[in-house]
Amino acid sequence: MTLFGYRIPMMASLLVWCVMWEIVGRLNLVFLLPPFSEVLAAAVDLVQTPSWQKATVTTLRAFAMGMALSIVIGVPLGILMGRIKIADDLLGMWVNIFSSAPLSAIVPVLMILFGFGEKTIVAAVFLFAIWIIVLDTRAGVRHISPSLIEMARSYGASRPALYTKIILWAALPEILAGIRLGLIRGVKGVVIGQLLVAIVGYGALFETFSRNFRMAEFWALTIILFAFALVIAELIERAEAKVEYYAGARQ
Amino acid sequence: MRATALRNGPSPVPARIDSIVEVRGISKTYGNVEALRGIDLDFPRGKLTSLLGPSGCGKTTLLKIIAGLIKADGGTVAINGKRVSAPGPERAFVFQDFALMPWATVLRNVAFGLELRGTSRAEREEIARRYIAEVGLAGFEDKYPHELSGGMRQRVGLARALSVDADVLLLDEPFSAVDEQNRRKFQEDLIRLRTNRNKTFIFVTHSIEEAVYISDRIVLLSPRPGRVSRIIEPEIDRSGDPERIHRDRHYLDTVDEIWQGLKQYVE
Repeated sequence: MTLFGYRIPMMASLLVWCVMWEIVGRLNLVFLLPPFSEVLAAAVDLVQTPSWQKATVTTLRAFAMGMALSIVIGVPLGILMGRIKIADDLLGMWVNIFSSAPLSAIVPVLMILFGFGEKTIVAAVFLFAIWIIVLDTRAGVRHISPSLIEMARSYGASRPALYTKIILWAALPEILAGIRLGLIRGVKGVVIGQLLVAIVGYGALFETFSRNFRMAEFWALTIILFAFALVIAELIERAEAKVEYYAGARQ
Repeated sequence: MRATALRNGPSPVPARIDSIVEVRGISKTYGNVEALRGIDLDFPRGKLTSLLGPSGCGKTTLLKIIAGLIKADGGTVAINGKRVSAPGPERAFVFQDFALMPWATVLRNVAFGLELRGTSRAEREEIARRYIAEVGLAGFEDKYPHELSGGMRQRVGLARALSVDADVLLLDEPFSAVDEQNRRKFQEDLIRLRTNRNKTFIFVTHSIEEAVYISDRIVLLSPRPGRVSRIIEPEIDRSGDPERIHRDRHYLDTVDEIWQGLKQYVE
């Protein structure tokens, strides 16, 4: 972004919004919106409370487990669908439905299946994250140049070698893109899951803050969550940049 | 089985040439398009044979059937007298679009055939380095394919095929994605390579000049259905300077003769 010939870094626009927030907050127009400085102060206090630390550990653990499951199952499933037509015909419809369906509606069902606890949250993360990972992996595998597969076969690659030495690597840019999008969806899953269960982790905190109108803490928690989602997306993007050079180089 | 039993008995036709690849009655149909019909061919050992023809004559299909990459609908392919239907270590393939792994260095790409065979890392890298130098890419071992020009990439593809030490090298229009200057240089290198090593080359091309320039033997295929229409053995002396061949009377006559024959297929 440039303004009057000066280059302005991207973060500057964020600063403008923060200042606006501060002004609106100080004007006391909406009681839901305390000044930004107050939210920041609340954030600093919040991270020092044992209840936040405990909730963070619970949330992170459920998130990590759900993501690990969706990657471990999603990537092989996507490869299977990209390679084998019958698998694609059988599963394609469902993956597409689930990837665009309003999944929040299913979370209550998960609660019935898995109870009011961590399992439900893990299942919610899994359910939110896996489909885009499957779809992107499948697209990546479909993208692989047929001659690369022929090359591996002509030099005597066994089936496992074909998958681990060629297919996985050739589809890696798309797989990573899928995982990045899956992580963002997974954050959604963990929040929605916890909100619905309402007695676990951040869900419990959100519930407490909003019920008692502790808006500064409520927003502080929201910002922490947003920042977390952005940071992990950024980390994956870094990894993607490392393999990007060959995403374009493939014939 | 039966075919081998027959081969052990007295041969009905005395072998005139020592052929390393024998193609018998190969046919292939895609949907309702007959790509190849009843192809019988012998490829003499240590020679460079070109499969030449207009597009749609099935030359690449035939090469890939010999490679074991495509299954024929009928007929057999034998290498050194042994029937084959899948890829094997006695054949190595060079691809039109190079088929290099973009995530791997030149060294790993060249060594990949050996890697798949389970050769130890030290050994395969030593062999790969030797062939990288032989195709003129010394110093580029640690580069990635996207850092190389088209001509250099195909040299990597050639080095990979050489490093597995196969008897038969199958080249599918290897120079069609390479610019003109590099192609000339490449063709000269191929002539040199063929004289230095006792390898059999099967070379698919749609360029008449290229076929005549480099081949000991040219198999002309006609399209729809693909069949062998003629076999030509240009008697060109390639012992001297490869540059000279382009001005050789016999070279020019052969090019012209093939062109007269192929003209009818060009609309």
